[in-house]
Amino acid sequence: MELMGLLDIATKEQQSRPPHQIRCCTAAGCLSAGSAAVLDRLRGAIQDAGLNERVRVAAVGCMRLCCQGPLVQVDPSDELYQQVTPDHAVSIVAGFNGGKVTAQRGNPNSPFFALQASVILQNSGRIEPERIETYIAAEGYQALYHVLHNRTPAQVIDEITRSGLRGRGGAAYPTGVKWATVAKNPGERKYVVCNADEGDPGAFMNRSVLESDPHRVLEGMAIAGYAIGANQGYIYVRGEYPLAVERLQTAIGQARNLGLLGSKVFATPFDFRIDLRTGAGAFVCGEETALMASIMGQRGTPTPRPPYPAEHGLWGMPTLLNNVETFANVPGILRHGADWFAGIGTEKSKGTKVFCLTGKVVNTGLVEVPLGTPLRRIVEDIGGGAPGGGTIKAVQTGGPSGGCIPAELFDTLVDYESLARLGSIMGSGGMIVLDQSNNMVDVARFFMQFCMDESCGKCIPCRAGTVQLYGLLTRILEGKAGEEDMRQLEALCDMVKHTSLCGLGQAAPNPTLSTLRYFRHEYEALLKPGSPAQRMGLPLVTAIAGNGT
Amino acid sequence: MSVVTLTINGQLVSARASDTILLAAREAGIAIPTLCYLDGLSAHGGCRVCLVEIADSPRLQPACFMKVSEGMDVRTDTDRLREYRRMIVELLFAEGNHICSVCVANGSCELQDMAIAVGMDHERFEYMYPRREVDLSHDRFGIDHNRCILCTRCVRACDELEGAHTWDVAGRSSATKVITDLSQPWGESETCTSCGKCFMACPTGAIFRKGDTVAETDHDLKQLAFLVNAREKKQWNV
Repeated sequence: MELMGLLDIATKEQQSRPPHQIRCCTAAGCLSAGSAAVLDRLRGAIQDAGLNERVRVAAVGCMRLCCQGPLVQVDPSDELYQQVTPDHAVSIVAGFNGGKVTAQRGNPNSPFFALQASVILQNSGRIEPERIETYIAAEGYQALYHVLHNRTPAQVIDEITRSGLRGRGGAAYPTGVKWATVAKNPGERKYVVCNADEGDPGAFMNRSVLESDPHRVLEGMAIAGYAIGANQGYIYVRGEYPLAVERLQTAIGQARNLGLLGSKVFATPFDFRIDLRTGAGAFVCGEETALMASIMGQRGTPTPRPPYPAEHGLWGMPTLLNNVETFANVPGILRHGADWFAGIGTEKSKGTKVFCLTGKVVNTGLVEVPLGTPLRRIVEDIGGGAPGGGTIKAVQTGGPSGGCIPAELFDTLVDYESLARLGSIMGSGGMIVLDQSNNMVDVARFFMQFCMDESCGKCIPCRAGTVQLYGLLTRILEGKAGEEDMRQLEALCDMVKHTSLCGLGQAAPNPTLSTLRYFRHEYEALLKPGSPAQRMGLPLVTAIAGNGT
Repeated sequence: MSVVTLTINGQLVSARASDTILLAAREAGIAIPTLCYLDGLSAHGGCRVCLVEIADSPRLQPACFMKVSEGMDVRTDTDRLREYRRMIVELLFAEGNHICSVCVANGSCELQDMAIAVGMDHERFEYMYPRREVDLSHDRFGIDHNRCILCTRCVRACDELEGAHTWDVAGRSSATKVITDLSQPWGESETCTSCGKCFMACPTGAIFRKGDTVAETDHDLKQLAFLVNAREKKQWNV
């Protein structure tokens, strides 16, 4: 494949398009609301109405407003329809022949859409994830071609470094620095790994990107492979994302058939192969050392760092591990330049970030905004505030590793440093809106239970400490706890945070600590009245003293 | 091999650059407590009692894993570390069913020794009283999961010293347990060579020799160290 071949595919795709296009969302959210039947009826109705020459139906990815699915949008009029049923679908088609459209109209210019950015999700809901031609028609794989022919690996790394891109998986490590480290570490082979083991409750950013625009991630990985000198990439997808796995497999096959992956990519000496590895349902496998163990066929448990994967990764070789969204940013940076990317966001947090807005808010779904957007704009303008005139109390960010930000602090800008100062984290991008009906102790206990159940069992503070923390939070919720339990809760949070082996255990106390910080009164209101409860355990001294043999 | 100089508890120590903090400290006569670490086996990093403070490092690091470096300033026995260690031991006692007075390893148990060393005089956490199994299907040995602290020393000894890899870990969170083969009864294991290295490596009374009395229980860790020494350094003298 040469550049001409790529442009040919793009031109052919554009020319074959009829004047009208009906886009129907086929990402997991809308599919679960019945969009497969809608898609079928749309296609059938076009056929029946003899509109094949004028209208085409495209099975696209996520259109963001998941709560109103199934979503259907018409090009070029931009008419948006929501909660579309198969019968509504027929009426949308009838509309082309002057019939009455009964489907519920959405507003594509509402604040939910108007205040959002389109960098990572640029193609999401516009191209067909199962047809590589539509990605190529959207300038796809041109960045890879350009990089392989006109840039040295060092220049690519420099571009990424200057863009200011930071890891989107939660740790926010500068991506350029990571790439340079892996590139400089000696090793007979190197690997690129894409972490798609998205496991936070309420987070589905990676799933949406993979289901809607899989080639963007493949292209980003191939560029990374060229930059660091790797010929093999792995995508570690959680097993609970069968649709993402299926679409990735299709995408990898299509890219290989066109010579965009595999040996001699774009007829250059660069070989790059991508294989999928699916997880088996362990949250801890999103932790990089556990993820690598799982790829190598071992039990998915973390190992202490250092050594870091950049030095000692898969099979002992230097390994680059980035999140789906990090890779998805790469083609854009190479296409438009580091300065373009660095122009979005704040001084230290560049670019955009995709969030999953869920919970007690009117508009739930996928939200992409520039970093540095005030939290209030996301929750109240884009999210539309609390449904039914309720009062929003807080937003939980960063899942089981993050914390709760109270409504008084909604003017905070959403960037890495600001959220960290508030005792939360941006994490991978989950945002769960909580209102007056949510008891914060209960919220803390929910996340503690999650961490307790997902602990891999390797280190004692995480395995046994989370069990005790869960027990303490339960005692508080049941009104059986006293001051002493509160003290023990805080001491144990501190201990688990500082002694656990991996990020899962180290961050497990965060939801509890942050609710203690901002909603302590809710804990205290649940404490037992009267004198502090002193709990006595069994006196172990006697057991040890009975030592004589 | 290059040599570095570091400070451990204010004492200047020289160490090989490839050494861990644990080895360097030990050679200098500074004891760092361990539970899952065992000489001759690969490091595990799970028990967290060997965590040390390193100046200018935000995180505590396991001494069994962390390599020394030039100018490193290590603290192994601060108030904070002592409190964490005690909490770890208390968490272990609360997690399993450790009743010293009826245990065959009473008096030769590293968990018991550790409890005394960290000054644990009572349990501050709630006892979980888990329902766990006892497997007596093997001719010569038994395993009482009630006493298992999941240090995985048996797993590593079986894999790395005996080469049988009969033991492994299954499950997660509080359901984590060591298993033989594919979670079959130990007596039905086709890979077990009945060598007894898992028994030697076990820090508690979880793996025991059938028929042993309390007085006869001796984990004989020296035997494992002897084997490793003999293999790696070709030194046969004890």
